[in-house]
Amino acid sequence: MTAVLEKPTQLTPEKPPRQWKGPAVFVAVAIIALVVMPLLLEPFRLGLLAKYLCYAIVALGIGLAWGQGGMLTLGQGVFFGLGGYAMGMFLKLNDAGGDLPDFMVWSGVEQLPALWAPFGNPVFALAMVVVVPLVVAVLLGTLVFRQRVRGAYFAILTQALAAAMVILLVGQQGLTGGTNGLTNFFDFFGNDVAAESTQRGLYLTVAIVLGVLYLAAWQLVRSRFGRLLLAVRDGEDRVRFLGYNPATVKTITFAISAVMAGIAGALFVPVVGIISPALLGVVPSLELVVAVAVGGRFALAGAVLGAVVMGYAKTYFSEELPDAWLYLQGALFILVMTLAPKGIVGVAAALRGRLRKEASA
Amino acid sequence: MEGFLNQLPIGLSIGAVLLLIALGLTFTFGQMGVINMAHGEFIMAGAYTAFLLQDLAGRSAVLVALPVAFVVAGLMGLVLERAAIRHFYGRPLDTLLLTWGVSLVLQQLARDLFGAPNVQVLSPTWLQGAIGPMPYNRLFILALAVGSVVAIWLYMNRSAQGRRMQAVMQNRQLAATSGINTGRVDQRTFFIGSGLAGIAGVALTLIGPVGPTLGTYYIVDAFLVVVAGGLGQLRGAVIAAAALGLLNSYAEFWTNASLAKVIVFAAIIAFLQFRPQGLFVLRSRALT
Repeated sequence: MTAVLEKPTQLTPEKPPRQWKGPAVFVAVAIIALVVMPLLLEPFRLGLLAKYLCYAIVALGIGLAWGQGGMLTLGQGVFFGLGGYAMGMFLKLNDAGGDLPDFMVWSGVEQLPALWAPFGNPVFALAMVVVVPLVVAVLLGTLVFRQRVRGAYFAILTQALAAAMVILLVGQQGLTGGTNGLTNFFDFFGNDVAAESTQRGLYLTVAIVLGVLYLAAWQLVRSRFGRLLLAVRDGEDRVRFLGYNPATVKTITFAISAVMAGIAGALFVPVVGIISPALLGVVPSLELVVAVAVGGRFALAGAVLGAVVMGYAKTYFSEELPDAWLYLQGALFILVMTLAPKGIVGVAAALRGRLRKEASA
Repeated sequence: MEGFLNQLPIGLSIGAVLLLIALGLTFTFGQMGVINMAHGEFIMAGAYTAFLLQDLAGRSAVLVALPVAFVVAGLMGLVLERAAIRHFYGRPLDTLLLTWGVSLVLQQLARDLFGAPNVQVLSPTWLQGAIGPMPYNRLFILALAVGSVVAIWLYMNRSAQGRRMQAVMQNRQLAATSGINTGRVDQRTFFIGSGLAGIAGVALTLIGPVGPTLGTYYIVDAFLVVVAGGLGQLRGAVIAAAALGLLNSYAEFWTNASLAKVIVFAAIIAFLQFRPQGLFVLRSRALT
């Protein structure tokens, strides 16, 4: 009896200890990414890392929409492509310097299409990188979520959109460069795009953009909106009964993830030097979702980690064992989904939990 | 006008193939909540079965291939269901990713077994020719789809197994409490659905070459048929497949191939504004 009096049952949960681990890890990763990697890696490898970080930005969006919001979007390639083509069109016009871009000459186009004309302006082009994915996502999200089309239906629709987008781009040869897409860029805002210094600068830009977007997404998840998003994921109807409109919450989140993909696409173009339908169809879109699943979909860090790990794995195995890569990827996939649905982050957390238990025992 | 008429058999036969593919998807999706991305590879398996039988059975291989492909693809589906999918029931998004992994492996397997280039299956000589604008081979595909739908309808409505299948689709727990072995029903549904994809694969050899990625061309459209037709709905799938096939071919005819898919997509989104759950809905009071 006295024992109970001495230590009363705590009704309010203890104030969580000041979180320092998360920020510490973030700062450490930032230092490695911004200082160590550029010193350590040769230019070619640094370029590859920049490419993976572009994908990581898309993955961050997927982590937000799918991991936090429960919307499995299989069409992020579409938004990636919209951002990429906006940037590619600007670079093409910039290189052409008043003439027609090279591929248009080859496909017999005689006059610059009206769609292209405004993209000669860098401010307009950069604005479109954000605006076009935003508009498409808001439109699709509103139409779909308002009618309570969700879950697998939404996944199928986004996948169909990715398929349609590829066919559209391939078919409009004179407008989009067809299967080859937009490539052969020379000048990037006054710098030679292939130069080592430009590529280094681009790498740093991608890393910083990823960091900023990560922090923004993290804040979003911690906010009231983030709580609401989780609630929508776990019980959409209940949230509606409480008086919120789940469609709005989902549309906003979907739009944010689309904008992230658009920005990633725009950064990808100068880094890799090409944007083509093969980079944004059904398969690349799915591959990124897989990367998020492998990294751990319920944590934003897992999404980023997954994109980088899978990017490296793909490059490594395509170089070393090109024939085995598809088998490995498929097998990895099956294993992750069956054994570790929470991905690398989930496995790490479980291991840490086990270690702690053993230490305290 | 002539062009208009010429599109009709193309649209209808594409619709027929989509229907054969979508039937399996709509039942596995409606009954088990499984999105099977590897379904496209069952189509491919059916097509390669016809290709292999060509050496044995000559130009009429198609007829032999139909039952064989049904069994081959059906068994593949059964193995997939037993080995992996049954652990994921009710988690459609997870099955989607899981089966996509399976689909990657199967595609690479086909590439290693049969080579990356497309192969050709020769149509039987008795399918060359046409009645008016309707070529015999497309007519044959249409007949195949009609026959399959009739068979499925009879199975679902006139056999004890089929009634059990409907019961599980409508309410799994109630069906289980009534003594139905739901696991066995699931296996049968998977076998039949996958088998139909195999038949679709044989049908596709009549109108085009066979390659390791054959299935990927049709799987997305087949899923759209499921979405537009309503889950587990035979009637819905028939109407949606015909509509989608025709819309696709006429959109290609009036505009061009690259715009057609966008038009189809926009039409589906517009349609969902009126019927968000597809043409026909299995009524239930369940709340997600």
